[in-house]
Amino acid sequence: MNIVVCIKQVPDTTEVKINPETNTLIREGVESIINPFDTYAIEEGIRIKEKLNGEVTALSMGPPQAEESLRQAVALGADKGVLLTDRNFAGSDTWATAYTLARGIKKLKDVDLVICGKQAIDGDTAQVGPGIAEFMGIPCITYVRKIEEIDENKMRVHRMMEGGYHIIDVPLPALITVVKEINEPRMPSLRGKMNARKAEIEKWTAADIACEVNNIGQMGSPTWVDKIFAPPRREKGVIFKGEPAESAGKLIEALKEKKIV
Amino acid sequence: MNEWQLTEDQKMMRDLARQIAQEKVKPVRAELDEKGEFPAEIMKVLAESDLFAVFVPEQYGGLGGGCFELCLITEELSKVCPAVAVSYAASALGAYPILLFGSEEQKKKYLPQIASGEKLAAFGLTEPNAGSDAGALQTTAEKDGDSYILNGNKIFITNGGVAEIYSILAMTDKSKGARGASVFIVEKGTEGFDFGKKEDKLGIRASVTRELVFENCRVPAENVIRKEGMGFIVAMKTFDSSRPGIGAQAVGTAQGALDEAVDYARQRIQFGQPISSFQAVRHMIADMATKIEAARSLVYKAASAVDSGMKDVSKLSAMAKLFASDVAMEVTTDAVQIFGGYGYMKEYPAEKFMRDAKITQIYEGTNQIQRDVIGLEVIKESTKKKIK
Repeated sequence: MNIVVCIKQVPDTTEVKINPETNTLIREGVESIINPFDTYAIEEGIRIKEKLNGEVTALSMGPPQAEESLRQAVALGADKGVLLTDRNFAGSDTWATAYTLARGIKKLKDVDLVICGKQAIDGDTAQVGPGIAEFMGIPCITYVRKIEEIDENKMRVHRMMEGGYHIIDVPLPALITVVKEINEPRMPSLRGKMNARKAEIEKWTAADIACEVNNIGQMGSPTWVDKIFAPPRREKGVIFKGEPAESAGKLIEALKEKKIV
Repeated sequence: MNEWQLTEDQKMMRDLARQIAQEKVKPVRAELDEKGEFPAEIMKVLAESDLFAVFVPEQYGGLGGGCFELCLITEELSKVCPAVAVSYAASALGAYPILLFGSEEQKKKYLPQIASGEKLAAFGLTEPNAGSDAGALQTTAEKDGDSYILNGNKIFITNGGVAEIYSILAMTDKSKGARGASVFIVEKGTEGFDFGKKEDKLGIRASVTRELVFENCRVPAENVIRKEGMGFIVAMKTFDSSRPGIGAQAVGTAQGALDEAVDYARQRIQFGQPISSFQAVRHMIADMATKIEAARSLVYKAASAVDSGMKDVSKLSAMAKLFASDVAMEVTTDAVQIFGGYGYMKEYPAEKFMRDAKITQIYEGTNQIQRDVIGLEVIKESTKKKIK
């Protein structure tokens, strides 16, 4: 069983601040982490490998420093890490990213299962997983909360829905995106971390994975960002204090003033 | 932080222990304490993360570290929960007799299981009438053909019942006094080996402290460590190696309490300002931090001495345990003071650190016994000099 887990290095958003003048993220001094939803994808990949044997490859597209995320994936139990990195990938939107990752997976050959987190916590689009499946021409099940059965040729998964779940049988190869209900990610081990330190993270450029130049990076991205802004802060409300009859009177006066009643 | 030059591997071990303490231990420590519940799940995480492997040589399935690495991890775990830390470190205590004096066969059989964390170990010395006076042991081991028959009770045994591998002191020849003691490896499940009363404790409540009962328990002669009569030497050398670990537990406990107290002092507003701005509080914090740093240096020095194979480490080990545990008691008491009324309440972590600190002044030799050891060693050194 050859499993590919796609991961993204993201800023730890519990610490993110917005520059009020430029309305952009302040990246300086913010720690980079593996997108939390992707940690469930890594764990699920490792669990399947432990059951059925095979190989787990962690795959990421990003700047050279994203190598650290791939090492963390190896520390957790992934067999190897591959980083798609090239200046020409810069500015990719979800379409170009999905295309690029699909090209990377193609080069890995004979992949049975691709696992992604349901979405990244920075962009929050949830589009890249399904996009990869589309480019690869394989089935895609999103929001998977359980893999009930899996063998070399097929699997049965539970897709989370509001107030219930679907049970879906799907042939392999396929792509799933997973939600946090699927497992509890393990802690890394010291031996895993030692392996990760020594592990060679392969780096592939656009040429290595035979990308169409017009499909990658900013040029290959149909999305154009016109403007980024932080939504205005909600104004503080007014509290009318006093006895109920008195405060209700004040409230009605205020509503009348605003011509609401 | 500290000036000790840690290797990359040591930093990695410390950081992983810190991560586990924060993510897996902190959310459940108050509940485990309240219920007095053994942290079996956390022990599993420590095992899977290879933390039990750090003090075992590579040829026996370990990562080849020693006392220093054990101390780093014990300290990190203690910063969050000393009860979890001692459950971990007690396995090393149980393993030390085998590590230090075991035969090749004993090492091959038991150390890999301890290194993988698949099995916990424990050390059994204390009895109802023999604590500090270890020479008064009443548990006996009578030779019978190719085996020994053990009879007697051990009390206050950390990891009692949850451990699978026990290093047990018993008298093989009472007439020889201290020279008539021997250490046996006894496995859980051996006929005649059972568990008695589980103690309800002031602190380190999540760790198990239990009575061991031996009733005509037959142990094969090959389970004797080194040879008959070596019991007290094995026990004393074991303590020389394990006492820095108690020191590390004490340093971690004190540091954990200080960290919480400083956070609180920065947030707590009285007279219109954070209490950390008052000299009275700030000087307390300064003293606490200074004592901890001094204790840490002594613990690391003792641990390094143990790992260097230095011949007489008794004095340094005893000093590390003595000083660090006294510091832990002082610092955790002051931490409660900084928290004021809230410090006395279980809703805040300060009182737990204070309860957890007390035992470090008592077990693995009371601090009075440590002073005896240190005093004796210092005087011995002095007489040696004069003879020269």
